[in-house]
Amino acid sequence: MAVKTYLQAISDALRDEMRRDKRVFVIGEDVGVYGGAFKVTKDFQQEFGPWRVIDAPLSETAIVGGCTGAAIMGMRPVAEMQFADFISCAWDHLVTVAAKQHYRAGTAVPIVVRLPSGGGFSGGPFHSQNPESSFAHIPGLKIACPATPADAKGLLLSAIEDPNPVLYFEHKHLYRRIKDEVPDERYTIPFGEARIHREGDDVTLVTWGAMVYTADEAAKQLEDELSVEIIDLRTIAPWDRETVLESVAKTSKALVLHEDTQTAGFGAEIMATIMEEAFEDLDAPVKRVTAPDTPVPFAPPLEKWFLPQVEDVVAGLKDLAEY
Amino acid sequence: MATQTAVDVVMPQMGVSVSEGTITKWLKAEGEEVAADESLLEISTDKVDTEVPSPASGVLTQILVPEGETVEVGTKLAVISPEGGGEAVEEPPEPATQQAAEESADASGAEGETPTAGKVEEPPPPPSPEPAAETPAPAATPEPDGDGDGQGRSFVSPVVARIASEHDVDVGQIEGSGRGGRVTKKDILAFVEQGGAKAAPEAPPAPAAPAAPQTPAAEPARAAVPAQAQAEKVEPAAGETVEPMTPMRKGIAEHMRRSLDTSAHVTTTFEVDLSKVVAIRQKLKREYEERHGVKLTYLAFIARATLDAIAKWPWMNAEIRGESIVTKSYVNLGIAVALEGGKGLIVPVVKHAEEKNLLGLARAVEQIADRARNKKLMPDDVQGGTFTITNPGGFGAIHGTPIISQPQVAILDVEAMVKRPVVIQDDAGSDVIAIRPMMNLCLAYDHRLIDGAYAAQFMRDLRTNLQTWDESAY
Repeated sequence: MAVKTYLQAISDALRDEMRRDKRVFVIGEDVGVYGGAFKVTKDFQQEFGPWRVIDAPLSETAIVGGCTGAAIMGMRPVAEMQFADFISCAWDHLVTVAAKQHYRAGTAVPIVVRLPSGGGFSGGPFHSQNPESSFAHIPGLKIACPATPADAKGLLLSAIEDPNPVLYFEHKHLYRRIKDEVPDERYTIPFGEARIHREGDDVTLVTWGAMVYTADEAAKQLEDELSVEIIDLRTIAPWDRETVLESVAKTSKALVLHEDTQTAGFGAEIMATIMEEAFEDLDAPVKRVTAPDTPVPFAPPLEKWFLPQVEDVVAGLKDLAEY
Repeated sequence: MATQTAVDVVMPQMGVSVSEGTITKWLKAEGEEVAADESLLEISTDKVDTEVPSPASGVLTQILVPEGETVEVGTKLAVISPEGGGEAVEEPPEPATQQAAEESADASGAEGETPTAGKVEEPPPPPSPEPAAETPAPAATPEPDGDGDGQGRSFVSPVVARIASEHDVDVGQIEGSGRGGRVTKKDILAFVEQGGAKAAPEAPPAPAAPAAPQTPAAEPARAAVPAQAQAEKVEPAAGETVEPMTPMRKGIAEHMRRSLDTSAHVTTTFEVDLSKVVAIRQKLKREYEERHGVKLTYLAFIARATLDAIAKWPWMNAEIRGESIVTKSYVNLGIAVALEGGKGLIVPVVKHAEEKNLLGLARAVEQIADRARNKKLMPDDVQGGTFTITNPGGFGAIHGTPIISQPQVAILDVEAMVKRPVVIQDDAGSDVIAIRPMMNLCLAYDHRLIDGAYAAQFMRDLRTNLQTWDESAY
């Protein structure tokens, strides 16, 4: 087993899959000659040529529209949005066409859209968002948000295999910061199966993506006084209700943490589900820690204020513990 | 939105450092109807005086803390009940609790007594399941039957309710360790595990049972003993009346004394000819009033001129922190506002005053003084001042030696504008006597940081700014 960065795990998984499956190709802005804005597809074009590693014009609509057509014709396209934020340009093709094609016509649309997302590096309002909840609202789309290098690989391969359009959110802040062991052999991680990141008895903390590490640090800080169970959802469409509800049945207290803004964020869905399904297990109101409802600020101190920090999570957990 | 259940009115937290407040006035009487957000009572803290809005619509069924008493933040002050809800304020005493209290002989005395203000009740001994030490209010809450049924314990969470019904447990018997004494899931599970279910009154105390004797310090504080009652009682001699100091008065007394003990106060006075300011004010007054709805006061001119002088003499806006001099790039300008009837003094702060022009300052000062007089200040409005202006000139004072507001290093005292004969030079250079609107500005400064020459040069520039007021610059 090799130790890899989150970014390297994604890159290697994609390369291996392209070697294994001739239907898989890559398309996006600067993914070819330049190797991608974050170098996920570095040297891909040399190996696979310009017809499998396609430098697209600056049009997300064209990229996703092209992928949809190719997928319907039997290909397995993996598109890259340079930044997840730009996917709004492709909304119509994703939401109106790709997500509904199978329902309407019975045709599978096996596309993967890779979405470098998240803040923490002063990228400002156009390069830092976490728009997963907007798409979680759309029936017909699947959404993965891996937190670890091993999950990044296994979920990417599942996404490519999946007959549905999949949005694959890869958090930019994890790219080179997170290193861990990644099994060498090919494996997939099924969608809708959460990972218990840390076991605990007092409070359930549900999160995903980069916030798993924020949660972990908060739990470590409170280790002596509070036993926190951290659930990394891994995918939010579908999401693993059973694991969350089982954990809440044990702890009776839950905190939902996400980097996305609060209103109608995916945390709201999780809270609503806990309220509906686990009301009689609850010993405190379900709490959430999220970014506030504003665009992501540029200024580093403002961005730090905006993004949920370890101390915010610690405060939230303490508040629940004391309730 | 009339309330469906009884709602408690509690002493609000009026700022991070504020721990207690005094009821100055109840605006509603028991039995009166009150609407949500309607002002219910006035309170006074050492930071601000304010009105407390009613948390719900209904009838004010019980006033628990009378006017003049000082209580801890969070203390229950009154109860608002649903209209027609009448007496159903307190939950009926739980039989098991009552029984337990009666059974423990030495506890029954304390339980039956009406608690008197200022006296901390002896908590019942541990065998009683009532968590006396952990329940915030009962000792000072004048409940006639004094069964000590703590507020906040009435809420039973879904999981606790479920466990209680599964094990046939009366939640009221359990010691609550949650917020406000709430029984948590852990509490009830521990209770059930210890076989507490049916044999409650005889059961050993729950693990979190109050160890009252070991926590004497926490006890009186949480029991909301009126603060005045702790002070020495002053008996009036013939011809004297005695009244307790308000929290604000105590705050002022402490702060003024501390300031004199801290800073090396020196006062310097400058005489300023306000002819130009008077003329400009005359010209702008109507426009300000009609176009902007703002009264243009002399204070606004003086504030603006002071800010410009501070820009040249930054130590006027500094503080001494340990052995360091901390200078600020911003000026939070405190404006001392006297409350009616000698009730005290409050210094609301205009934040980032240096960024405001004459109009902005006039408006900010007017608004903040208004809020101060109408008791609408928020804790944040009175914090963080870096330089203060006080204005007793309005009453005719012509000289003063003000006391610095710590940790600032200077305070400017604005005196009355008076027409005086002054000797000036006419255009031909001859001395003539003219009638001029003159004003004394007195600056008290902290000689630990600021020397006389520095202060005098600051004042000289302030005078120049006022005497040569450049209308176009503001």
